[in-house]
Amino acid sequence: MIVDAILSPEFLNATLRATTPILFATLAAAVAAKCGIINMALEGIMLFSALFGVLFSAMFQSGILGLLATMVMGGLIGLLLAFFVLKLKTDEILAAIAINLIANGATILILLMLSGDRGVSSSVKSVPLPRISIPVIENIPYLGAVISNQNVLTYVSLIMVVVVHIFLYKMPLGLRIRAVGENKNAAESVGISSKKIQYIALVISGVLASMGGFFLSGGYMTYFTTGMTAGRGFIALAASFMGGNTPVGGFSVSLLFGASSALSNILQLGNWPYEIIQMLPYITTIIGLAIYSYVRMKKRQKLSDRG
Amino acid sequence: MNSSNKFDILRMVLAVGIALLISFLIILIASDEPLRAILELLTGPLKSTRSFGNVIEKMIPLIFTGVGISIMFSANQINLAGEGSFHLGGLVATYIALNAAIPMGLSPWVCVLVAGFLGSLVTAVPAVMKIKTDSDVLVSSLMMNYIIVFFANYVLNYILRDPKAGAVVSFAIPAHIQLNSIIPGTRIHLGLFIALAVAFFGYVLLYKTKIGYEIRITGENMDFAKYSGINVLKVTLISQLIGGFIFGVGGGVEILGMYSRFSWTSSLGYGWDAIIITTLAKKNPLYVPFAAFFLAYLRTGASKMSIATNVPTEIITVAQGIIILLVVAEQFLSKYKHKMIAKEARLSLSNAKEAE
Repeated sequence: MIVDAILSPEFLNATLRATTPILFATLAAAVAAKCGIINMALEGIMLFSALFGVLFSAMFQSGILGLLATMVMGGLIGLLLAFFVLKLKTDEILAAIAINLIANGATILILLMLSGDRGVSSSVKSVPLPRISIPVIENIPYLGAVISNQNVLTYVSLIMVVVVHIFLYKMPLGLRIRAVGENKNAAESVGISSKKIQYIALVISGVLASMGGFFLSGGYMTYFTTGMTAGRGFIALAASFMGGNTPVGGFSVSLLFGASSALSNILQLGNWPYEIIQMLPYITTIIGLAIYSYVRMKKRQKLSDRG
Repeated sequence: MNSSNKFDILRMVLAVGIALLISFLIILIASDEPLRAILELLTGPLKSTRSFGNVIEKMIPLIFTGVGISIMFSANQINLAGEGSFHLGGLVATYIALNAAIPMGLSPWVCVLVAGFLGSLVTAVPAVMKIKTDSDVLVSSLMMNYIIVFFANYVLNYILRDPKAGAVVSFAIPAHIQLNSIIPGTRIHLGLFIALAVAFFGYVLLYKTKIGYEIRITGENMDFAKYSGINVLKVTLISQLIGGFIFGVGGGVEILGMYSRFSWTSSLGYGWDAIIITTLAKKNPLYVPFAAFFLAYLRTGASKMSIATNVPTEIITVAQGIIILLVVAEQFLSKYKHKMIAKEARLSLSNAKEAE
């Protein structure tokens, strides 16, 4: 029964949907990691964006304008993180933890102050982004049911994999970001301002993460709830790391997490205890991380033995 | 006291001051009666024995978590699975209290110790993964916390749940296993002494023993530690086992001291609280109780405020984040620090000249 469910187009469709927020955050983590900074504030940025996505799109009565405003805000939080880490020399992990804490508290406060809602944005009339069906493709059997009729942002996230790849590997700025991440001093010696590049990378990272956050409350769900990111920002850190901090690698790993998330939704229908099923994405992450790291360690040992 | 230490204290006071000011500003915007709200926040905990008791009750778990994280952070192990250790500690203490036949008098201690051992297993997973597979402690420890919460929910729902109780809670823990209240009119319990003893133990361990020295050296400079013959793998593992143990004991003590039934169904956030405490205490377990008192006082004030007015307690979470940001920011006020040190240097120079 479960096998049938997994092979069904509905499952793959759900996988893509569940992958979307993780994918955005994974790309965000990859861009930051490429410039040499672990962006653990992804979780907080996404949470802020999930709230502001609802608020902005309600304010403008437009999903697109809401998304754009949210992206600006995500970039600003990325800038704030960069300011503390680069200018004030704050430990990047502790700065990120602080931002995440502020996000936890502030989202609840702001929602209450602006709408009177406690924890769930039930009285905010937001405008989520629509699902779209793609002509031609939607008529292909099986594939149509998988790919078509997804949220706009799901398609955007897939396009972003290509965009971020081209950005990092084919464009001068991407090259500089990678150069700074590989060796700051070498980059400085050829006249690259490493700080400026890291500022830019963290802002881009914030913008990407905010798109994932927006999707949570304006696509995946149509309202904001407290703590709705549920560790996706942290999972994305693992996904990006396991994908070698490359967009394409990160995409394949986030698909895996999306699948385990979608699987947990399917298994709920069976006799499995709900609590055990909820663990799936996190267990997948931890086991995947262990295997990936082990293989990488062995490879390095082999290389250094040869050398 | 040299000027660098003086400066650190000054910066901390300023950071806390700024965070509180921002909180007051938010209250001014959010509340219809801001003055009353601020007054409740600042003086609410002092208004009755019971309220002040709340401060001490809230301080107890914070001491455990602060000491636990300080020991792990001293070895520069950013293991955040203490949250999970604490949660599991509470669950395990409940399980044993409900199921094992242990002689009277011994029971709470057995519960708490086993809670500690299982707590150390939780932080051990990321630690061992790091050693055996070189995987990042930060990410794996975060994943552990989610896994533990769902595991605890499973055990609560399928094994410990009292079907006759209205809510999702365990069977009642027998009174003789609970930690007794020590001050009438409050719920302050024996756990306070355990917590203070743990803080003292943590201080002695880190600053007066060989392993503590090794932990701190490893934390400051792992390569240097390696070259001076310290087994850094062993040292980092030990620091995380002890850290997790203390978190686990904290969870057990919290359940047996403050609850009569296990009812934790979502993450409690003690792992994050631990970060601000170790930040304020500068990773020294001896200062942890003071930092814990400070946070517990603010929390109690906030809950008094939210009862009296409409300002939610989450305002303190925001303040907490701001304090961490400002205290950890090395360059915050660094110009002033520079001036202070320069002034002191000039002063000592002129003193030296006068002596000649």
